[in-house]
Amino acid sequence: MKKHKILSNAYTALVMAFLYAPIIVLMIFSFNDSKSRNTWSGFTLRWYQDLFHDEEIIQALMLTLVVAVVSAVFATLLGTAAAIGLNKMNKRLRSVFMTLNYLPMVNPDIITGVSLMLLFTYLRLKFGVTTLILAHITFSVPYVVLNVMPKLRSMDKHIYEAALDLGCSPLTAYFKVVIPEIMPGIMSGFLMALTFSMDDFVVSYFVNGSSSQTLPLVVYSQTRRRVTPKINALSTIIFIVVLGILVINNIYSARKEQQLLAGNRAKKEGH
Amino acid sequence: MKNSIADNNKSKFQKILGTAPAFPYMAWAIVFIAIPLGLIVYFALTDSAGSFTIDNIARAGEHMSVLFRSIKLAAIATALCVVIAYPLAYIISRKQGFRRNTLVMLCMLPMWMNFLLRTYAWMTILENNGLINRLLMLLGFEPIRMINTQGAVILGMVYNYIPFMILPLYTIMSKIGNDVIEAAQDLGANSLEVIARVVLPLSLPGISSGITMVFVPSVSTFVISKMLGGGTNQLIGDIIDLQFLGNTYNPNLGSAISLVLMVVVLLCMSIMGDTEVETMGGRIR
Repeated sequence: MKKHKILSNAYTALVMAFLYAPIIVLMIFSFNDSKSRNTWSGFTLRWYQDLFHDEEIIQALMLTLVVAVVSAVFATLLGTAAAIGLNKMNKRLRSVFMTLNYLPMVNPDIITGVSLMLLFTYLRLKFGVTTLILAHITFSVPYVVLNVMPKLRSMDKHIYEAALDLGCSPLTAYFKVVIPEIMPGIMSGFLMALTFSMDDFVVSYFVNGSSSQTLPLVVYSQTRRRVTPKINALSTIIFIVVLGILVINNIYSARKEQQLLAGNRAKKEGH
Repeated sequence: MKNSIADNNKSKFQKILGTAPAFPYMAWAIVFIAIPLGLIVYFALTDSAGSFTIDNIARAGEHMSVLFRSIKLAAIATALCVVIAYPLAYIISRKQGFRRNTLVMLCMLPMWMNFLLRTYAWMTILENNGLINRLLMLLGFEPIRMINTQGAVILGMVYNYIPFMILPLYTIMSKIGNDVIEAAQDLGANSLEVIARVVLPLSLPGISSGITMVFVPSVSTFVISKMLGGGTNQLIGDIIDLQFLGNTYNPNLGSAISLVLMVVVLLCMSIMGDTEVETMGGRIR
């Protein structure tokens, strides 16, 4: 039994090493005192300082955030409403529509990208922030629908009816009863939309304008030449922030679980 | 009688009203999902003047060898992902509480660093004078040529998409109760038999969604092949990219190749059966 444990721990460690090797390399070279990507020439923090004076990077970061927030808000509104409506729809129509909804998820990104590029060219839209936001909304909504739908399904239908019986108008009942009930689904859909938008490269690559470069697009154009260590510095910061959030969240939920366990035990002993 | 018809009409009206919140997105999906895909078909079947032709499809055939290379490399990468991810997902699924959550988090966390940068970091590691080769030379070995090979492209695919294999596998395995496994053990199965005859059959849906989620982005990538494969290991994604944003601008041919790629993806998915879209929490990208 013990041998099993050592073996499985070693295996886990090995896969983790594979997953984290490039990330650690990236982080180490954000402290490197030269622009080389593979020769170490001493420790420095200057890339972290320079980062905040680099117009191109700061602008790209701002654009990435604006596109992510705007598209995620729109996608959440559109997707939540769609889930509520689809839930009431007859089965045939709904399944047809859900298939259409899943298409951007199962299609390769490059197909989504070029198909939207064809559409925007056809409509003679100017490639730029607008096309980026339209494209990001399009690939985000399916995930919102996917997150909200199960919450609606598992919701007790009688709560809504009870609200109506107690004198709520259908609209008030929705805002006061249904929306709070499905809020966790809406939130996770929103967060997914936000992160996918911030991280997207392939779709953005086909629908961006020359003056509207998001962060992943700037990174891509730099990988064609040489990535400045400033980008390493920025990603290190983002990575540490995300790590912090996840660790706190993890500890918090572990505490909650323990409290729940302790509560159950106390109840049992009480009986 | 009249009354009931009115009632009927009223309830019908209410039913339509109930579905009304979905209308904006239905319109959106038609404009931004259905019509663009229709445009791909339209462009694939017309020439630059707009008249019908099957020339593009025929010319797409010239790129068959690239398509086969893409399918081959993506298939190898997908198989490697199954082999590497399966034991890990099983190990994680047998852990409890905090340890389990931490391990799942550690598997997903790398995706928070932009994938272009992580792939770029692999260039640093694999280059001819990169970290591995320096280490080898330090130890007195001959350097190995790793970058710009098909092996490097496969490594990039495995590295970038393995979380999409771990996640559905873990999700489905965590639903297999320890009691089921203990029952098998009590009935005399050794650990290999437990895996082969209990865990594996129960986790098959997870494997098939994992395969789709790794194969689809792998077969259509153009970034990994550009960065790790050099110019010599072009994939079908590179060819599409060239038709739309490269110097051989030809959206008609590009659409035809895209259409072929879509057929490949659809075939893969129909072989794999119904992918559990619910397990696609981490998206295909």
